[in-house]
Amino acid sequence: MLKRDSNAQQKANNKIVARLALVVVCMFAFGFALVPLYDVFCDLTGLNGRSIQRADAGLTADDLTQVDNNRKVKLEFVSFSKAGHQWRFSALEPVVRVHPGEMQNVRFTIENTSSETAFVQAIPSVSPGQAGLYLHKTECFCFEQQKIEGKQKVEFVMRFYLDSALPKDISQMTLAYTLYAVDGNTTARVN
Amino acid sequence: MTTVTTANESATPQEHEHHGPEKGIKRWLYTTNHKDIGSLYLWFAFIMFLTGGAMAMVIRAELFQPGLQIVEPHFFNQMTTVHGLIMVFGAVMPAFTGLANWMIPMMIGAPDMALPRMNNLSFWILPFAFAILLASLFVEGGGPAFGWTFYAPLSTTYSGDSTALFVFSVHIMGISSIMGAINVIVTIWNMRAPGMTWMKMPLFVWTWFITAFLLIAVMPVLAGAVTMVLTDKFFGTSFFDAAGGGDPVMFQHIFWFFGHPEVYIMILPAFGIISTIVPTFSRKKLFGYASMVYATASIALLSFVVWAHHMFTTGMPVYAELFFMYCTMLISVPTGVKVFNWVATMWKGAISYEVPMMFSVAFIILFTFGGFSGLMLAITPVDFQYHDTYFVVAHFHYVLVTGAIFSLIAATYYWLPKWTGVMYDIGLAKAHFWCSLISVNVLFFPMHFVGLAGMPRRIPDYSVQFADWNQIISLGGFAFGLSQFIFLALLIKACRKQGEPVDAKVWDGAEGLEWEVESPAPYHTFTKPPKID
Ligand code: HEM
Ligand SMILES: [Cu+2]
Repeated sequence: MLKRDSNAQQKANNKIVARLALVVVCMFAFGFALVPLYDVFCDLTGLNGRSIQRADAGLTADDLTQVDNNRKVKLEFVSFSKAGHQWRFSALEPVVRVHPGEMQNVRFTIENTSSETAFVQAIPSVSPGQAGLYLHKTECFCFEQQKIEGKQKVEFVMRFYLDSALPKDISQMTLAYTLYAVDGNTTARVN
Repeated sequence: MTTVTTANESATPQEHEHHGPEKGIKRWLYTTNHKDIGSLYLWFAFIMFLTGGAMAMVIRAELFQPGLQIVEPHFFNQMTTVHGLIMVFGAVMPAFTGLANWMIPMMIGAPDMALPRMNNLSFWILPFAFAILLASLFVEGGGPAFGWTFYAPLSTTYSGDSTALFVFSVHIMGISSIMGAINVIVTIWNMRAPGMTWMKMPLFVWTWFITAFLLIAVMPVLAGAVTMVLTDKFFGTSFFDAAGGGDPVMFQHIFWFFGHPEVYIMILPAFGIISTIVPTFSRKKLFGYASMVYATASIALLSFVVWAHHMFTTGMPVYAELFFMYCTMLISVPTGVKVFNWVATMWKGAISYEVPMMFSVAFIILFTFGGFSGLMLAITPVDFQYHDTYFVVAHFHYVLVTGAIFSLIAATYYWLPKWTGVMYDIGLAKAHFWCSLISVNVLFFPMHFVGLAGMPRRIPDYSVQFADWNQIISLGGFAFGLSQFIFLALLIKACRKQGEPVDAKVWDGAEGLEWEVESPAPYHTFTKPPKID
């Protein structure tokens, strides 16, 4: 409501302005806070393939004996390299069918057709998103940056198994790798 | 709702040392008067509406026939982008702010806005923002071409250097609307005349109050998003770059966290306008006043938990898709309450169809169309088909053009006699209504068909099977564009005071404090608060 004297009015106005300005500042900060929150959310839920860019520690023999022989899951491997580079990145076994719980090796090659040494980092992504939680890798070239000499072709092995707790409705999944150059700007982070 | 028992103060000016406006350009540059600033906002918005409209004409000319004939694809992309940015941030939002400036103090019995100098600033930075945005079209490499949604990596990796100008201008627009919103909240909170309790406030005031909170909640998030785009593009951060541990999908989450509340920022004040006009010309009280207030508040709250309905095809887990689908559908409940209340207000009313009422009835019907297509889009599995097609374009033009813009036109026809003191040319107004109504449907309705058939949005060429409908759409577009010149002519005539002088109470069924002051509204009103009971 309107105040009688204009000083009191001024004071009352300033109080609300200060509070609203605080809300504005907080919401600006919240916009940036969404970035780490998004990471935490993806880590917790396994969405977005965050969890598959690191080796699974604490692997017990138990995990591997529980092979679920009753079903097979189809896994497709897709490989891209970022446009504008002279790399050939391919999956040697583009499709494999595995029993959950069974350890499997697949091979990838990266060929550097230029004459300069390349430093690259592969970033994985898995779909459907929730399948990421059930894909366990013990060895992967995507855990580290890789150095590929000029005119060289390198073969990498990726070792993984699927958790036998993988939901029954997931019978097919795709693991996509994108190969990026590592330079000053892309301080590729490995979780 | 409210009645005034004492005559308004400005009728006896000798008691105060009132001075009228200064003369010439200085009046407009230095003004802190809410009516002057309101007029500035409204004219600015109208000029931007015509500018953005000209770009739409370029788009429709290119799409008149399949194949590329008039403009380069890159220029076409700049047109769709800048058209969207100008219409959202340059036309609709400033026009509502202009109405807020003109009407809110008069509706609550306040002498002016609470923060008049900030008011001047928040208007005067806007022309600079849009000058920068428009200038960016002429720099080397062209202006922004990544869509008004500026998705990464389009805006980070694949954009031109003018992206810096885009970011800067969006920052200025954001600062302007945040200041405008703060002003509205403080005014409504602190400056109501004694007796103007919360639940006596006109609905236009209520809806703007809630809109202002949405603005201060999400405009800073937009500012954050453009800042991240800027640093990703120019300073080597990788918020949205997977190579550096970022994620382009996260851009969409941040953008739509702003973007969905933003669409309600553009429609809630429209709900307030329609809730004011319909009772006037139905000569009845608004049906369900309290439920209107609560419906507005619940729409505003729900708008924060539906953003990912713009992202159904990004590969979210099915539980998330279901969550966002149901929340989105839930919003149509309070929206339906509003439509029901408007219709119930008209029910058995002594309705007369003056021009503001014609636009309001068109709003109710056509906005509801837009709501229905929105509901269709909210159904996750079918959105995979509709997403990024002309069906979405049809949806948001029904809610924004026949929704937000029609409400703005209705508001202008409703309050213009109060602003100028003369009745506008009703013949022109009716011509404007019928031309707009017919052409807008010829323009947007067939977009549903080509969209369902698979025509993608934001592409300068299309398969020949869509040729016939696109020709009709373009003709509707040109007709709608031309119809707005009738409006321009009418406005110029009215501002030159050509027309019959009107009484204080222009419409016999109208209620509210703004009708207690004479027409044209004096430069200063309610310097002494009115008594309300
Ligand atoms: C019943 C109410 C509504 C529902 C259920 C609804 C639902 C949706 C959905 C699901 C989409 C995404 C479609 C897609 O991209 O595949 C969408 C897009 C859109 N809606 Fe609505 N909507 C509603 C009301 C509104 C209102 C009131 C406005 C603005 C005044 C609005 C403006 C927009 C805009 C601008 C877009 C497109 C954004 C873009 O991609 O550029 N909608 N709507
Ligand atoms: Cu939305």
